[in-house]
Amino acid sequence: MNSQNIIKRSATSEITPAPHVRDHQMEVAKLIDVSTCIGCKACQVACNEWNDLRGEVEENVGVYDNPRDLAPETWTLMRFTEHEEEETGKLEWLIRKDGCMHCEDPGCLKACPIPGAIVQYANGIVDFQSDLCVGCGYCVAGCPFDVPRISQKDNKAYKCTLCSDRVAVGQTPACAKTCPTGAISFGSKEEMKTLAATRISDLNERGYENAGLYDPEGVGGTHVMYVLQHADDPKRYAGLPKDPKISGVVEGWKDVLKPAAAVAGAVAVGAMAAHFISVGPNVTEEGEESPDDAA
Amino acid sequence: MYSLGDGAKNAKPRIFHIEGDPDHPVSRGSLCPKGAGLLDMIHSKNRLLYPEYRAPGSKEWVRISWDEATKRIARLLKDDRDKNFISHNEKGQLVNRWLTSGMLASSAASNETGVLDFKFARGLGMLGLDCQARLCHAPTVAALAPSFGRGAMTNHWVDIKNANVVIVMGGNPAEAHPVGFKWVIEAKIKNKAKVIVVDPRFNRTAAVADIFSPIRAGSDTAFLMGMVRYLLETDQIQHDYVRSYTNATMIVREDFAFHDGVFSGFDAATKSYDKSSWTYETGPDGNALRDMTMTHPRSVLQLLKQHVDRYTPEMVETITGVKKADFLQIAEIIGSCSAKTKTLTWLYALGWTHHTGGAQIIRGSAMIQLLLGNIGMAGGGVNALRGHSNIQGYTDLGLLSLRVPGYMNLPSDNQQTLQQYLDETTPKDVIPGQVNYWKNTPKFFISMLKNLYGKHATKENGFDFDLLPKWDRSYDMLAYFDLMYQGKVNGYIAQGFNPLAAMPDKNKTSLSLSKLKFLVIIDPLVTETSNFWRNEGRYNDVKTEDIQTEVFRLPSNCFAEENGAIVNSGRWLQWHFAGQEPPGDARHDPAILGGIMTELRRLYAEEGGACPEQLLHMTWDEDTYHDPSFPHPEEMAKEANGYATQDIYDDSGKLLYKEGQLLNSFADLRDDGSTQSFCWVFTGSWTEAGNQMANRDNTDTGLGNTPGWAYAWPANRRILYNRASMDIDGNSWDPHRQILHWNGEKWVGADVPDFPATIPPGKEAAPFIMLPEGVGRLFSAKGMNDGPFPEHYEPVESPIAKNPLHAKVTHNPTARIFQNDAERMGNRTEFPYVATTYSVTELFRHWTKHSHLNAMLQPEQFIEIGEKLAAAKGIGHGDTVKVTTKRGYITAKAVVTKRMRTLNVAGQEVDQIGIPCHWGFEGATRKGFLANTLSPGVGDANSQTPEFKAFLVNIEKTDEVAA
Amino acid sequence: MGNHNTKKKNQILRTKLPERLCHWMIVFCFFLAATSGLSWFFPTFSWLSSFLGTPQMARVLHPFFGIIVFLGLCYMFVKFVHYNMPAETDKIWFRNVKGVLLNDHSQPLKIGKYNAGQKVLFWLIMISISVLLISGLIMWRAYFAQYFPIPVLRLAILAHSIAGIGLILLILGHIYLAIWVRGSITGMVTGYVSKAWARQHHDRWAEELDAKESAERAALDRQGEKA
Repeated sequence: MNSQNIIKRSATSEITPAPHVRDHQMEVAKLIDVSTCIGCKACQVACNEWNDLRGEVEENVGVYDNPRDLAPETWTLMRFTEHEEEETGKLEWLIRKDGCMHCEDPGCLKACPIPGAIVQYANGIVDFQSDLCVGCGYCVAGCPFDVPRISQKDNKAYKCTLCSDRVAVGQTPACAKTCPTGAISFGSKEEMKTLAATRISDLNERGYENAGLYDPEGVGGTHVMYVLQHADDPKRYAGLPKDPKISGVVEGWKDVLKPAAAVAGAVAVGAMAAHFISVGPNVTEEGEESPDDAA
Repeated sequence: MYSLGDGAKNAKPRIFHIEGDPDHPVSRGSLCPKGAGLLDMIHSKNRLLYPEYRAPGSKEWVRISWDEATKRIARLLKDDRDKNFISHNEKGQLVNRWLTSGMLASSAASNETGVLDFKFARGLGMLGLDCQARLCHAPTVAALAPSFGRGAMTNHWVDIKNANVVIVMGGNPAEAHPVGFKWVIEAKIKNKAKVIVVDPRFNRTAAVADIFSPIRAGSDTAFLMGMVRYLLETDQIQHDYVRSYTNATMIVREDFAFHDGVFSGFDAATKSYDKSSWTYETGPDGNALRDMTMTHPRSVLQLLKQHVDRYTPEMVETITGVKKADFLQIAEIIGSCSAKTKTLTWLYALGWTHHTGGAQIIRGSAMIQLLLGNIGMAGGGVNALRGHSNIQGYTDLGLLSLRVPGYMNLPSDNQQTLQQYLDETTPKDVIPGQVNYWKNTPKFFISMLKNLYGKHATKENGFDFDLLPKWDRSYDMLAYFDLMYQGKVNGYIAQGFNPLAAMPDKNKTSLSLSKLKFLVIIDPLVTETSNFWRNEGRYNDVKTEDIQTEVFRLPSNCFAEENGAIVNSGRWLQWHFAGQEPPGDARHDPAILGGIMTELRRLYAEEGGACPEQLLHMTWDEDTYHDPSFPHPEEMAKEANGYATQDIYDDSGKLLYKEGQLLNSFADLRDDGSTQSFCWVFTGSWTEAGNQMANRDNTDTGLGNTPGWAYAWPANRRILYNRASMDIDGNSWDPHRQILHWNGEKWVGADVPDFPATIPPGKEAAPFIMLPEGVGRLFSAKGMNDGPFPEHYEPVESPIAKNPLHAKVTHNPTARIFQNDAERMGNRTEFPYVATTYSVTELFRHWTKHSHLNAMLQPEQFIEIGEKLAAAKGIGHGDTVKVTTKRGYITAKAVVTKRMRTLNVAGQEVDQIGIPCHWGFEGATRKGFLANTLSPGVGDANSQTPEFKAFLVNIEKTDEVAA
Repeated sequence: MGNHNTKKKNQILRTKLPERLCHWMIVFCFFLAATSGLSWFFPTFSWLSSFLGTPQMARVLHPFFGIIVFLGLCYMFVKFVHYNMPAETDKIWFRNVKGVLLNDHSQPLKIGKYNAGQKVLFWLIMISISVLLISGLIMWRAYFAQYFPIPVLRLAILAHSIAGIGLILLILGHIYLAIWVRGSITGMVTGYVSKAWARQHHDRWAEELDAKESAERAALDRQGEKA
């Protein structure tokens, strides 16, 4: 993997950035057109096959979603929602491919305490460098989409890599390549936006007035985007957050507490030094021991 | 496929990764979940690695050598054949058949293996031969051949993108054919197409459709006849097309009639029709009479109007549960496609074929498409979507009990000589000036005999016609398993076939298999059938020690381990190459069949026996194959194409072929023994120019046609009947959909003309060249067993008491039900809910459950139930339920869903339950029941394909542990 | 003998052996927990995790050291809580805190075994460690984190870091004061402080001890008389 195109690196000061001179790269994006997704799960299989992942054979719990949830061995999965329009009675079976959104401003990367365990490449892909990962789970807390999962096997965090290995050699991600209906497209972010616009106008014509692109600003946009029939109500798609952003708590901890603590620490140490130098050691006045002797 | 090593000698290839081929015109690099998971199928823990034997009454498999297995099986086959071979029937007719052993051939194997399957079974005189086509698309052939002339998908996958409207009924392509379905999405995106789904359940196709209507399973004919009525009533038909290219103009015989659900000629005793009245009135010259105004009261159009008059939108709603408003909304869109510039494509699969009236449902769509002028058009057609990788190929190769390759029939007892057979099967002209291509039947049939019997086939001995087994009745799977159930079958070979899981009424199948003396399994994977004798608790509750069947289990290759061709839905013969050797001691199918056949031939040569010529004359010797015990696929591929057996000259005396040269076209076949070809429709697939099936030029010559990619039968035509895309004068109905044009000398264009290339525009020859009339059939004449027009009959197990159309004739009067099966039917009081079985996209039948990657996606048996019924029964998400029919029960997890609706049918509420059919007691998924425990043993009246899609069940919540 | 007597005579046992052992065990564990914690909080200090080997090993061990610190502090709590209850006299110390810091011992401040500042420290430590324990358990990936919703997890991480930073600052102060007040470290190592030290820093405690000693001596004398 190229290590000279890292534009963001976890737990790394801006003063000592990662190598990134090779940043003259096209920003890539994956566009998932929910309106043409048939939920066949080929992307799930292709992902597992390419990435050599084999999850558990679980149980059926009364839904089509299987495996039940994202897992260290399941980086993407279909989430099925049955939605009945109250007024018209029109039934929709909304199927959303869930997985890492590859945020422009990644909450996982922000939260990660280990230098370089999470990086963002110049093409926008957010990748876990699992050999550095300590398994603290801060990325889980940092992610606004509930994506990273920690393995019980090796205590490392895992998620979709957007097939950074394939993309690096000019291939499309495994899920996008295999997608039978073309609901997953892959290309430059600009082109994906253009493509999305044509899809949205088609959906508008078919009566989906609120069709739109899901590329949430709160996280600086994402490198995995959705075309939604009901962009006004993303929650409908198995709880896709309406306005995701890095949690204020995480920001408070990284952007407020950290500098405050640094200042507090420095002040404390400085104050102590000043105190010691100015007041001197607090020595017991031995002379007062004499009455004791007398006693 | 990515395999270890670069082919160098020291590397042993082993597949480690599979992804789609971006050059492929259909897939464009995509794969469905099954395709994407093939790696785990190829390397499944359940691959068989060495031959095994299960002794009578034994509880275990014992490893044996190939030599032992081959010798023992050959001996068992020979002894049974010698004992039970029937050379003459009771009437003294020469029949040369063997009924006490049969064979199931695998529609997942290559064409080349299929050639050997046919030679193997017919070489022994077997009639109990079938392949998966019997359980899937047999009704397609039964319906489309009498309608258009050929029984195949009319267009091809990529062509779907040209449609303005895509209607999916009786199929679920998003789920069953996701890769091909991309072209539906393409039509939607690029062509602004509307997608309509009518199905018992809101499925994955419905999820991306514009319009969905639920329908009661098994009532599609009523919907379609209602649609025909609507089109005629509102006059939304393509008039010029109907007049020129359909038999709407033809006059039907006066004695043809239809009353109260029964057509003229019915014999209640035999439950069959005398079809003599179902034909055209002929004039003094012997030609059929026509009325080009279509107003004659006995013209097909007027008779059709009369026939469908009862199917008002109200009646459609009563029978099908489709709301009148929904019906009319769909009808309006369908009607709009009568415009010359709009096409509608009709996609269906097993949701239509798996009915007692399956073939007639398909006829219904064929009729609508003829009325709309959509056959032969880019973006039109009736598109039968095939399931098994090579179900189309195995159908082409005639691996069905009464068929021979190339859509010809095996001779019956009453066809005692070649001449008689050819006279009876070669169609006569009915209208002058038509192509009537089947008049070449003698060329095709004799070339086939010449292929089968080689030097032994001479003009003098009728090309060994006598050696073909003759039939007295059907030996389709349902019939053959019923014979087995009666104890009349001793031996059975199941190659790549899992009948215990695939046949209806698993408990009966199990009892049938138990009565066999020996069963030979040829399969790459562990199947339930191979372990039918093993007690698996509730899932397979048998008494192992009482089962006296000897079972052999022979490990074979899977697709990735062979060279060969498979035929896709669009009739493309596509060559594939092996990525690795079969694992362990597993052998290629041709080696397994070749081994047994070589041993049998040795035994017959040495010991003699019943009719030894039948197999000794069969071309399975050193002259035919470099090694008869392991013929190479290339050898079979070439013989399927055909050779010149001597130098051939044209009429002017010019040398066309030297002896031994491969033929270019079936047009060059001769009826004098100077050519041989196993399967005439494949001629042209491997010529002197090389293997055309391996062609990889994906250039789009227009409208998504890629004639340089692989080879499509017939003659590399991609859109069948494409002459019908133009009027009789050669003008395209729609200039934007021009496939062909006349260049002054011949027809040329994006596709190969499905028409004699040199018949100029303006002649009377019509486009349906495989029908003697040359026109498509709204009235199927004698083509169908149960009537020339489709009629709605209730499923054998129906939730309503009487057929709303004719109370006295509720069910299809010609449906065949054996006594043993009739006793196993349930009634609507005991079993009040309609059940329908189907596949879900994550799994392919009972195969990919062996792949871990796929098992993860759908780990265990579930059923789908509507919220209303679930609430009434106290069933919640993920609860375990017990689904019962008269034939047995299964347990499953409940998926409670809004997608299954309660319908109002004939004044009563009807609830439907969806039962996916994938799991069993073998595989990487959770152990469970075989869902076909539930389905009934009754078939389509025309093809005996079983009714899997509409039957009655009861459902209860249970505390039993689920699958 | 004389030497011992001398020592005994001039020294006071301020901290008993088990308590001292506990203290130093806590020091050890807290050092490792705090340094590893800091290594994750301030990436600049990521090298601090090296005390526990690798960052991964630090992540594994950190919670266990934290728990040991907690358990040690529980023991301390039981042992010392009654000395750390607020007293009326604490107000005097607060009023004179400036003098305390400026090394001015002119006024008697009526300080018990622990001065008011120490009491505050005691309670802040106890509060911090409780917060650290609870939040630490919630965010403990290997065992418990999966049982909590992510917003709770986020709050736990925030609370853990606030409490951690707070505790570290407190302990820094504690260490400084121990260094500043000569005799304190020796006191915590040997257990003994000089009487003068006691009188200087904990006058009331020293007086109480004197009174107790006198009383004991008087009792002994009475016993001697009887004998």
